[in-house]
Amino acid sequence: MAEQENIVLTEGVYYILLALTRPLHGYGIMQRVDEMTAGRLRMAAGTLYGALNSLQEKGWIRSAGAQEGRRKEYVLTEEGRVVLEADLRRLEELVENGRCVLGRRKE
Amino acid sequence: MRKTKYKWFWVWDFEKEERWLNSMAAQGWALVSVSYCRYEFESCEPGSCAIRLEMLDAMPSSAEGLQYIGFVEETGAQYVGHVMRWAYFRKDVSEGAFNLYSDLDSRIRHVKRIQALLLPLAVCNICNLPLQVTNYIRNGYSGLLWCAAFVAAVTAMMGYGLYRVGAMRVALEKERQLRE
Repeated sequence: MAEQENIVLTEGVYYILLALTRPLHGYGIMQRVDEMTAGRLRMAAGTLYGALNSLQEKGWIRSAGAQEGRRKEYVLTEEGRVVLEADLRRLEELVENGRCVLGRRKE
Repeated sequence: MRKTKYKWFWVWDFEKEERWLNSMAAQGWALVSVSYCRYEFESCEPGSCAIRLEMLDAMPSSAEGLQYIGFVEETGAQYVGHVMRWAYFRKDVSEGAFNLYSDLDSRIRHVKRIQALLLPLAVCNICNLPLQVTNYIRNGYSGLLWCAAFVAAVTAMMGYGLYRVGAMRVALEKERQLRE
């Protein structure tokens, strides 16, 4: 299913999925991504909102049920995890080839 | 202290409008309310806030629009107001820069939304133009000539707007071929 098309995630989507391995609301995702990338990737609200809607339509994330006031929480689905892991393998290959060609050894 | 300014911006000059609002903020004037051509400011610490505007998918007053505005507000920004489908947000910049978009794809989607708004208006005007001209030719009444001239001017403006927004989209899409 998920691997059929050789899916390449965008950086933003990759980090959103990674953040959603535990339930989070929108602002929580932004903070989590910020932490993971040490402030390099700052997800903006408009971009995140659009991505969350598309990811939900695709079934890679779902609403986590509990609604904290007006805030909606999301969490990764099983299908989302499969996609994320496939992309991680792709990224590992990417890094491996980069290191190989540019002659940098893995420490 | 408050002050009001009246200024007109074409839809395709939204980036210019945003720059102007941010230069006001840099001078110590934070946007506090908007309506057609009317901007109201309140004095603030110079450069303490940033302004962003965005054409929403839905009317800002609709349930869908309010949901989005609520989402943006959750992230620490304040909703200033709206003019038609354009929403204005303000955010304290002490926690870092304020953006509504952080990748090219979402910026392209935004520009497409503006195109989708302008296109039907331009088509309506283009269709209307020959009607106005034949109406003038048949009746010869000079008022009708002004009418036709007005429609022609609006059509030209819409065409120009579509060109400007189209150029924005092309530039973004070209960039997108290389990076996110």
